[in-house]
Amino acid sequence: MILQAPLLEATSIRKRFGGFVALDAVDVTIRPGERVGLIGPNGSGKSTLVNCLSGAITNDTGTIRFDGRAIERLPAHHRTRLGIVRTFQMPLPFASMSVVGNLTIPLRFAARYRPGCSEGKNDFEQALLILEDVGLRDKAHASSAGLTQVEMRKLELARAVAARPKLLIADETMAGLSNAEVDEIISLLLKLNNQGVAIIMIEHIMRAVMAFSQRTIVLVAGKKIADDSPDVVMNDAEVVRAYLGE
Amino acid sequence: MTRVPSWVWPIVVAGLVLAASRVVKNEYYMFAGYVVLQYVVLASAWNILGGYSGYVNFGSAAFFAIGAYGTVVLDKLWQPPLVVAIFLGGIVASLVGLVTAYLTLRLRGVFFAIATLALAIVLQTLVMNWDYVGGPLGYYCVRPDSIVGFPSYVNYLFVVMLALAVIAVLVARAIESSFIGRGLAAIRDNELAAECCGVPTLRLKVFATMVSGGLMGMAGAPFPYYITYLDPNSAFSFAYGINSIAMPLVGGMTRWIGPVIGAVLLAVIQQVATVTISSELNLMIVGGLLIGFITVAPNGIVGLFEQYGQQRHGRASP
Repeated sequence: MILQAPLLEATSIRKRFGGFVALDAVDVTIRPGERVGLIGPNGSGKSTLVNCLSGAITNDTGTIRFDGRAIERLPAHHRTRLGIVRTFQMPLPFASMSVVGNLTIPLRFAARYRPGCSEGKNDFEQALLILEDVGLRDKAHASSAGLTQVEMRKLELARAVAARPKLLIADETMAGLSNAEVDEIISLLLKLNNQGVAIIMIEHIMRAVMAFSQRTIVLVAGKKIADDSPDVVMNDAEVVRAYLGE
Repeated sequence: MTRVPSWVWPIVVAGLVLAASRVVKNEYYMFAGYVVLQYVVLASAWNILGGYSGYVNFGSAAFFAIGAYGTVVLDKLWQPPLVVAIFLGGIVASLVGLVTAYLTLRLRGVFFAIATLALAIVLQTLVMNWDYVGGPLGYYCVRPDSIVGFPSYVNYLFVVMLALAVIAVLVARAIESSFIGRGLAAIRDNELAAECCGVPTLRLKVFATMVSGGLMGMAGAPFPYYITYLDPNSAFSFAYGINSIAMPLVGGMTRWIGPVIGAVLLAVIQQVATVTISSELNLMIVGGLLIGFITVAPNGIVGLFEQYGQQRHGRASP
């Protein structure tokens, strides 16, 4: 693989909650267009890491560079505008708005701040195109509060796409979905990746992680214990111990 | 049918009210109408923060009193034209809004509401102990001579408040239909998701608090001349805080017209009740309506109409 300048470079990220060390000197590097799986047992710090990268919380020490720029002190909305976009474990739709209305928020508040993203179309037309891509076109004018679980997940993804990410952090987008639905979401993510978007996938469904990621990072108790190709990581003695016990 | 832009309606209605104020000779209607219009301003202003972004402000009385006491200070200093007092009252109130916003908007939900309530109490205590504006004894505000072109000073106050009501309604409407209103609605639905969609949540909330507080301050500025005797209890009256929440809630909080409907309805009922039943019964009526609407129609009168429209539309097209 040709070594490119990293898109995201997080160095020795530490985060404590009171006496609990949630992240202990974690390094993460993502190259443009890369697909990275982030796994770890419950409570290992995956979500904390996502929150630190996306700006929902601020890391105590360590630096985060994105596109060559220090971002660790920027508020979340600013990071979204730069191109780090996340989805949520529990879908958080704007419930008072229609499905297409949900997408116009990131289009107006994030995509518009990056030139060359609108392709001469207005927000509404762009939103419909994105909904077409994720298969929600016929729900465009439905209330976002009345969607099914898998539709919620798709809306969550579509809304992230509408922010025109360079790096998408997909936080358990597939939890609770059926096998067929998982495949559907994976193919959506792959399609997005084909368009050049780097993706970090946080997932408990190993099948999805193995199928999707080019590289897998394993967090255990706030520390990174492995960072390699998926099959190497799965055979790593330390990873096996963390997941299956001694 | 050509569509009339909706911003025209508030102006047309205001024009009709203005015309009526020239015809009606009984000054009592000016007195009562002033209060109704004052609540149109307060309710519309409250709704910009509370309705659009979902941050409940219990401290409307504080912003209102800032405007009122601003006028008292100016009256003692050099008696400027009322318009100047309104302008300055608005600016000071929106600056207080700015400070309050920065201090409290990191507090979510009920904590923000408690903080705004505390603001009103703190300010009232300060005014109580500020002898320059009369302290607990209050201040007699002598009305200037009547203004050229107006039959009486009360009529002038009424027209001024009518103009403020139009301004408040147009500002609320402009915010609602702009991207700021969309951003505030996203905050109301889910603040974390909004922030992660690129919405500068803190900045929008601060902006909404400043506009909301500023308009409330402007509504309070003419009050000393209206009431002619201002004391802390009337300026910081509990009724302002309660009414400016109840009116948008009864009318409907997601549209600019909601607070207008709620304010006209509740304020008229209160005015009628004051003269026909008892002046003490006012807030009880408000309380009763509030409970009724929260249980039966949480989206207010506007919500009821929208629901009805959707149902009818739903039946028409299979």
